[in-house]
Amino acid sequence: MPKDGIGASVKRKEDYRFITGQGAYTDDIDRPGQTHAVFVRSPHAHARIASVDTGAAAAMPGVVKILTGADYAADGLGGLPCGWQVTGKDGPMVEPAHPPLAVDRVRHVGDQLAVVIANSAAEARDAAEAVAVEYEPLAAAASIEAALSPGAPQVHDEAPGNLCYDWEIGDRADVDAAFAGAHHVTRIELVNNRLVPNAMEPRAAVAEYDRATREYTLYTTSQNPHVIRLLMGAFVLQLPEHRLRVVAPDVGGGFGSKIFHYAEEAILTWAAGKVARPIKWTAERAESFVTDAHGRDHVTVAELALDADGKFLGLKVDTRANMGAYLSTFAPCVPTYLYATLLAGQYTTPKIWCGVQAVFTHTVPVDAYRGAGRPEATFVVERIVETAAHEMGIDPAELRRRNFVPADAFPYQTPVALVYDSGDYEGTLAAALASADYDGFGARRAESEARGRLRGIGLSAYIEACGIAPSAVVGSLGARAGLYECGEVRVHPTGSVTFFTGTHSHGQGHETTFAQIIAERLGVDIDAVEVVHGDTAKIPFGMGTYGSRSLAVGGSALARALDKVETKAKRIAAHLMEASEADIEFADGQFTVAGTDRSVGFGDVALTAYVPHNYPIEELEPGLDETAYYDPANFTFPAGCHVCEVEVDPETGAVEIVNFAASDDFGNVINPMIVEGQVHGGIVQGVGQALLEGCVYDDEGQLATGSYMDYTMPRADDVPSFTVSTRTTPCPHNPLGVKGCGEAGAIAAPAAVMNAVHDALGSRGVSRIDMPATPARVWQALNA
Amino acid sequence: MPTVNMNVNGEAVSGEVEARTLLVQFLREKLRLTGTHVGCDTSQCGACVVHVDGVSAKSCTMLAVQCEGADVTTIEGLADGDALHPMQEAFRDNHGLQCGFCTPGMIMSALDLARRNSAPSEQEVREWLEGNICRCTGYHNIVKSIMAGARAMAAGQGG
Ligand code: FES
Ligand code: FES
Repeated sequence: MPKDGIGASVKRKEDYRFITGQGAYTDDIDRPGQTHAVFVRSPHAHARIASVDTGAAAAMPGVVKILTGADYAADGLGGLPCGWQVTGKDGPMVEPAHPPLAVDRVRHVGDQLAVVIANSAAEARDAAEAVAVEYEPLAAAASIEAALSPGAPQVHDEAPGNLCYDWEIGDRADVDAAFAGAHHVTRIELVNNRLVPNAMEPRAAVAEYDRATREYTLYTTSQNPHVIRLLMGAFVLQLPEHRLRVVAPDVGGGFGSKIFHYAEEAILTWAAGKVARPIKWTAERAESFVTDAHGRDHVTVAELALDADGKFLGLKVDTRANMGAYLSTFAPCVPTYLYATLLAGQYTTPKIWCGVQAVFTHTVPVDAYRGAGRPEATFVVERIVETAAHEMGIDPAELRRRNFVPADAFPYQTPVALVYDSGDYEGTLAAALASADYDGFGARRAESEARGRLRGIGLSAYIEACGIAPSAVVGSLGARAGLYECGEVRVHPTGSVTFFTGTHSHGQGHETTFAQIIAERLGVDIDAVEVVHGDTAKIPFGMGTYGSRSLAVGGSALARALDKVETKAKRIAAHLMEASEADIEFADGQFTVAGTDRSVGFGDVALTAYVPHNYPIEELEPGLDETAYYDPANFTFPAGCHVCEVEVDPETGAVEIVNFAASDDFGNVINPMIVEGQVHGGIVQGVGQALLEGCVYDDEGQLATGSYMDYTMPRADDVPSFTVSTRTTPCPHNPLGVKGCGEAGAIAAPAAVMNAVHDALGSRGVSRIDMPATPARVWQALNA
Repeated sequence: MPTVNMNVNGEAVSGEVEARTLLVQFLREKLRLTGTHVGCDTSQCGACVVHVDGVSAKSCTMLAVQCEGADVTTIEGLADGDALHPMQEAFRDNHGLQCGFCTPGMIMSALDLARRNSAPSEQEVREWLEGNICRCTGYHNIVKSIMAGARAMAAGQGG
């Protein structure tokens, strides 16, 4: 294996530009003649727009153009589309119109209704403040509970009772029957708190229109530029792909929030055509809080039936999920197919029923955020399993062991649609317990008690469905797109390689990981490989990066393209060595005639492909440039166990994480350093959810946590260092045997932390505490 | 419009600015030094940290005109040609960055710490980073990077 090949912790190729300040993020782009946009946004959660008067604003210095919802409507263009249709018990979901600029009603604080374009951002901001909007405020429904209460204000006329859909999976009667024979039933109620993704780079876009070519270019902070081009071109602005280029340059974190097609992208592109000058928009953080899609926001009741030995007999889960004011791009699938299908967890629970009501509210749309449905499922399963263990007096690790899908049972069909491909849940549990010194916990707890502290330990044995997704499967579940991936390997005449991938890296290190795979496979130096992503003008096609799919799906497309390169290169080598193609072997960058010492290097083959002077031109095309599309056969199923240990100060209610250990099975690992970094980051987002972060709307629908002063982001001194390790069961159905690692931490950590908090507080009679377990909440629970 | 003069990364610069122009706007928009980032509007995230007269400062929280005559160093001013500063090197060696957006601010903050404390403990690093938010790394590798970078600086590889 080359030193920079698969399995090596290669230092990242992309780092040089970031550590020297040379990264090129969207807001760093300045186009000649550029103007600046500022959006006029609703200060009300719900209001009728009585009038919009742009007269005074238009006369202000530097103003180029002001466009309103009425202008957009007059052009007869489309609304923002939803990419997934869920069919509930009573038919297809309600899918209200989502105009990119509101016309007669605004439905959440931050809903945009006009855009001001001026020569400078400051002038645009000043003029936006001068746009006179007359609102007639209406009552708002700002929470699930408020939206479902009788007589609640209606978010959309076509969604009576604010219900988007009422969906279920599993046979309720069957599950009830399983409960009838139970020895013990554990019941929990929980809230999966609403979160704001908060990638550190605020969303931004630069749009321009070239009159000569009639071509539009949009630079945008996106995880999937081709998806944006498709949605915006085909459904919103009706622009053909060949005249619409979408570029997602360096992007400063996404975590799901930059998957979606946002109104600002369409409005800027549309407006650039009107003003025929480039337009830039960059969100201020306060604006990000009220326009980026939020995450989570579930209210759930769950019941687990167990027999006398602690074997799970059945699970019933009833969830209400907040969609916000409009359906964001993938919102409907998050609390259904990415959630309820994971409720078997790592266990053999034979009967499962889950009902989900999706609810419109006067809040920012809710969509996928790191983990997307799977953290919510893990939280339900792992909280109820841990609670059942405590109720039945069985050690929580032991109760899990009794119910694990055994390592020899794969492929394993769950009762909720998925077929798990491989795993070793006992193995990751044992490894996590060993690195957490689970057996020594009793002594540590006693030591804490002697100091007046409450100590708790909690487990989270999670599973996720990643490598999204087999197109036929998701198509049958309502996805309006295929979720394959595309990769093009272009070998250059001197043997260096450019790889064009439809995935997008916004922190994941693809430029290194993909280069390692190519270096290993072709025997070229890693510095002779360049990975290109994020530009629809360069990459044939792509579905982008989310759902921990880049390596499992995009890497598989790469592996397939490399197969094609190798096949063709062998034919060229056979010609050069006057041997039969079947006798050519390829290893370490050398083509060899089997059983001889005749060989030719990869570079010579590449040169021959492009300089075909002595070449069987009738049988073989010149060139060495191969493209592959890969559609996965199944999801992948990363799984593992995270163990959290906390110490609570009963005087202040402060929770300190004193130890956190993780053992994860991501299948084969290409770059362990990058994988560990992904786990660390995910864990801290999970810890943030558990202890710090909570998005709060007041009853009027005003966002009370709209800045970093009120929304508590995890900081360095809120968290410890972590002990993370991997154990491998390769994925059996993709060429690299990989499963994906990007979301695991965020999926596993909340339950581990909250199980530890409940364990610590249990001795003081506290049975329920919701996330985030802030000092105030913990103190109140202890002193109730 | 007032004119402001300062030294940025060792070069004398001057420019006309509005009185309300922030230092970060002057650096990014007038000087096109886009390595300094803006991640918030409440002086919380630290993506904008630069050095003003050798001390770390949030460039989103200073007016350009406040820096009249000052020595300003940005992330672009750290490397000596192709030779990276040891703190930059440490971030790369320890995978102290993912998306890279917080990174310039992290490195500039870290440098200030390392100059004050050549062997900071993990806890000291974590407390020092109170004003810098990273959403990607979970801080684990940033803390490692800074401890390693401070050691390398103390060992005389630069400062
Ligand atoms: S930009 Fe966030 S602190 Fe300066
Ligand atoms: S590396 Fe992305 S915010 Fe820190």
